[in-house]
Amino acid sequence: MNITVRIWRQHDRAAAGRMVSYGVDGISPDMSFLEMLDVLNDQLTAVGDDPVAFDHDCREGICGMCSLVINGIAHGPEALTTTCQLYMRHFNDGDTIDVEPWRSQAFPILRDLVVDRSAMDRIIQAGGYISAPTGSAPDAAATLVPKKDADRAFDAAVCIGCGACIAACPNGSGMLFTGAKANHLGVLPQGQTERHERALAMVNQHDAEGFGGCTQIGECTAVCPVGIPLDMISFLNADVLSALPRKQD
Amino acid sequence: MSISQMRHAPRFASTLAKSHRMLACWLGRAYGWHMGTGQLRSVRSTAVRSSVMLHAAMAVTGLIMILFLLAHMYGNLKVFEGQQGFDGYAAYLREIGQPLLPHAGALWILRVILLASVLLHIFSAFVLWHRSRHATAGKGGWRYETTRNRRGVQRSYASFTMRWGGVVIGLFVIYHLLHLSVNAIAPGGASASPYQRMVNGFEIWWVVLSYVIALIALGFHLRHGIWSAFASLGANKSVAGRRFLNQLATIVALLILVGFLVPPLVIFAGWVS
Ligand code: HEM
Ligand code: SF4
Ligand code: FES
Repeated sequence: MNITVRIWRQHDRAAAGRMVSYGVDGISPDMSFLEMLDVLNDQLTAVGDDPVAFDHDCREGICGMCSLVINGIAHGPEALTTTCQLYMRHFNDGDTIDVEPWRSQAFPILRDLVVDRSAMDRIIQAGGYISAPTGSAPDAAATLVPKKDADRAFDAAVCIGCGACIAACPNGSGMLFTGAKANHLGVLPQGQTERHERALAMVNQHDAEGFGGCTQIGECTAVCPVGIPLDMISFLNADVLSALPRKQD
Repeated sequence: MSISQMRHAPRFASTLAKSHRMLACWLGRAYGWHMGTGQLRSVRSTAVRSSVMLHAAMAVTGLIMILFLLAHMYGNLKVFEGQQGFDGYAAYLREIGQPLLPHAGALWILRVILLASVLLHIFSAFVLWHRSRHATAGKGGWRYETTRNRRGVQRSYASFTMRWGGVVIGLFVIYHLLHLSVNAIAPGGASASPYQRMVNGFEIWWVVLSYVIALIALGFHLRHGIWSAFASLGANKSVAGRRFLNQLATIVALLILVGFLVPPLVIFAGWVS
């Protein structure tokens, strides 16, 4: 396959960026999107140009490092797929593909396609944990968890923290991510104690990072590579609303 | 120990420090001093200003307005009972609660609640609009260079016309009040009879057209707004729940659209005169 990629090039945080076109030839349909970028980078390095910086790590869809808005869609055109698991066979020979970094006021562009997503880490630091005495692991059967709650917690816990929901949201909201991170603890018995304080602290941090509010559009869940359902946001809203009138636990 | 205590205030914080913080927080609120989030303000007073709370305010006020619309729609359909029925209903609205309340007392209570709802709804809408613009460098869903898939993957027309559609509805409400409530503008001729005002107005094509356009904008606003209101208040609990709330929103929005369209259209068609 021969394709053309138009890629956002930006030298550093302060520099102005622009879209630059590159032709990439001899691509196998079985290559992943990131392998196609590797080929491009070999090509650029060979002629002494700067390679395109992009984030990646596991390349098997579990770490949440890869990103990229491909033709305007976070993680590209395939549903429930991370960019690293997107294959060139999903494109046609001769295509021009636009590749851009996640865009959000809270995600400064560090270089080319790499953005700083630590705003998401700070939301987790604000409350995405449980306080428990450490020591030897408790007996797995000591606290029983109803199947329904366990399933729900798992649905939330599969969030890989990639940030696609934020990149896709017309409001630049991070509520799907925040909802998933608050919920996977909030529905489990171990997470009950801090459930309300957690919801408040995480939502406050979400807003302080400059993310927008959720208007229930649903672009986030549509691009989410692991299919976090939209109701995570409603659960978080319910926790915040019921936490407010309570005194601090 | 709770999360917020760990982050902000050790439990042994002296009473003095606490009351100082409370005072600073209160003064800051009263005079709008800028303070870094989470430091001086308590977790709760920060959360009261959160987008989640602003959306809850929009949802509650929006739902109050919808209840009003349903009642209003019922009143409009009295047009089929002729002038006596319609004007009689208008007069009855002013008598509710008498003699406990003065003439038009209940109506004024409703008007105050509605006005407060409208103002809070619009205030929250603009604050949230501002935050979204800030979060996306002022470009919203159009912040990418590519022109492909600008409409996103699945978003509805209704969802991305909420803000400008809301402005259209707001302007329409002013025009509508001037026309049929205050009768300051009287296309087709002023009258002391509400029924006559309506019939005079809706015999003119551009008056009907303006109402039709505004009602379609309202229909879209409610199609997304009703679903969004319930979801913002925490009622969307599952994939099936999301589907149900969306269907409910479509049905109520259509009901309100059709219910409001019927009177102007039948008057224009000459079936009621
Ligand atoms: C100037 C007038 C108005 C403006 C500027 C306006 C604007 C907005 C905006 C920006 C939203 C947020 C979108 C979202 O959350 O999805 C919204 C939501 C909503 N609007 Fe309005 N609107 C107006 C009038 C109305 C009227 C007249 C009604 C009802 C009869 C109404 C009912 C609703 C409802 C139920 C919601 C959902 C609340 C939520 O999202 O939680 N709005 N409006
Ligand atoms: S909710 Fe989905 S899209 Fe958002 S960060 Fe988690 S995995 Fe990524
Ligand atoms: S590189 Fe790990 S999820 Fe894509």
